[in-house]
Amino acid sequence: MAKTHVTMKVNGAEVEGLVEPRTLLVHFIRENLGMTGTHIGCETTHCGACTVDIDGMSVKSCTMFAVQAQGSDIITVEGMANADGTLSALQEGFRMMHGLQCGFCTPGMIMRAHRLLKENASPSEEEIRMGISGNICRCTGYQNIVKAIQYAAAKINGVEFREAAE
Amino acid sequence: MIPGSFSYHRPASVADAVKLLSDLGEDARPLAGGHSLVPMMKLRLASPAHLIDLHGIAGLKGIRRDGNKLVIGAMTTQHDLLASEEVAKSVPILHEAALLIADPQVRYRGTIGGNVANGDPGNDMPALMMTLGASYRLEGSGGTRDVAAADFYQGAYFTALEPGEILTSVAVPVPAAGHGYAYEKLKRKVGDYATAAAAVVLTMSGGKVATCAIGLTNVHETPLLATDAAKAVIGTSLDAATLAKAAAAAEAIMAPAADARGPVEYRKHVGGIMVTRALQRAAANAK
Ligand SMILES: Cc1cc2nc3c(=O)[nH]c(=O)nc-3n(C[C@H](O)[C@H](O)[C@H](O)COP(=O)(O)OP(=O)(O)OC[C@H]3O[C@@H](n4cnc5c(N)ncnc54)[C@H](O)[C@@H]3O)c2cc1C
Ligand code: FES
Ligand code: FES
Repeated sequence: MAKTHVTMKVNGAEVEGLVEPRTLLVHFIRENLGMTGTHIGCETTHCGACTVDIDGMSVKSCTMFAVQAQGSDIITVEGMANADGTLSALQEGFRMMHGLQCGFCTPGMIMRAHRLLKENASPSEEEIRMGISGNICRCTGYQNIVKAIQYAAAKINGVEFREAAE
Repeated sequence: MIPGSFSYHRPASVADAVKLLSDLGEDARPLAGGHSLVPMMKLRLASPAHLIDLHGIAGLKGIRRDGNKLVIGAMTTQHDLLASEEVAKSVPILHEAALLIADPQVRYRGTIGGNVANGDPGNDMPALMMTLGASYRLEGSGGTRDVAAADFYQGAYFTALEPGEILTSVAVPVPAAGHGYAYEKLKRKVGDYATAAAAVVLTMSGGKVATCAIGLTNVHETPLLATDAAKAVIGTSLDAATLAKAAAAAEAIMAPAADARGPVEYRKHVGGIMVTRALQRAAANAK
């Protein structure tokens, strides 16, 4: 099958590559671009490990073709640190609140939480749980992931993070 | 899980898309949000030789009010529906049901056109569209035609779409002011397809049901209109005996497949419960 030339912006940098139309975006990101932060968990569009941010939307990159991303603006977990290399509020939240165990789901969780907080800077616990309902974690049971996102929201809003009494 | 090879086309107009579809014939498929089609392609349950991506066609997106109808472009996503004030105000059941579809990532990509054109009995929008009396605009090389949602579904994955046709928009009659509505969906977990679901749109007058439509999701190979169940509640105040009669009438037309969501009897039973709950909630929120 003839290959197609694609260009897109990933984490602020213009990238290009030759892909077959059937190349999934997640494979382009991992194999052509060598950015392996974006994970493949299920490949059936259920787990969310492959979530990236495309033109202001959270997208499961295992369910979109690279040719469809032609010209788009993508953020992956590699693009989440602050400009000076320090951890962003979300990354810090996952670290401080023990929001990960094996870390497999973490890139997808962070990318989904990134868009969630852009759309709703102060989500309730319920809104966070619904917001990450397309992301599956097999380790932590979500409690600490929710806390990590609450920590990040507090930090972004410049308020003190208080853990809810259990 | 890598899909089979195909050629990718990105037409800029409906006319170009229709031309490609009719020139390329049976082996070509429209690609909308891809969230039903791409998983099927990865499992090699579908292997179209050509994909006609509809994302480049600006005219297929958007929601507009046209008299007493809401006209929704086929490429409008579930996320767009949830963000629309017009939808929340004039057809709130559409907002309620869109929120019960899949998860946020799927809703950013999945379109109303893909959801209703797909023909999967598990999709939530088709029964809702039948309940609302919606119609679909189909465009092919022979011209444009409107088909009522109630006449569109012929079998699992089998619809009134002719080869070479695409669905361009969905027209939803805005229900009467003060109508009551509810979409009750039983699912195994957030983001799942329905074990069984029921849509109810009704109006009340003097404490009694004046008009009523009931639709059923995933309890048959096509979405269903539960006409007898709806008739049974008209003129009543939805007392316990009437609700039981309506649930039984709805269950009588259900023929779900036994699958991971449960055996036939269970799915019919909970289907009846969804009808009861939707009727009660719709009556309670009618003004
Ligand atoms: C994890 C997961 C959970 C899901 N849960 C639900 C759920 O709970 N409820 C639910 O309703 N859906 C659910 N879905 C399906 C999702 O909503 C799909 O997005 C939707 O069914 C199809 O819309 P699409 O735009 O993605 O269409 P596509 O996948 O692009 O297309 C589906 C089919 O319709 C055809 N088609 C698409 N657009 C047109 C058009 N304009 N004209 C003619 N033919 C067209 C395509 O050729 C294809 O055959 C789920 C999907 C996933 C991955
Ligand atoms: S790998 Fe994409 S959703 Fe699981
Ligand atoms: S931390 Fe292991 S899957 Fe989430």
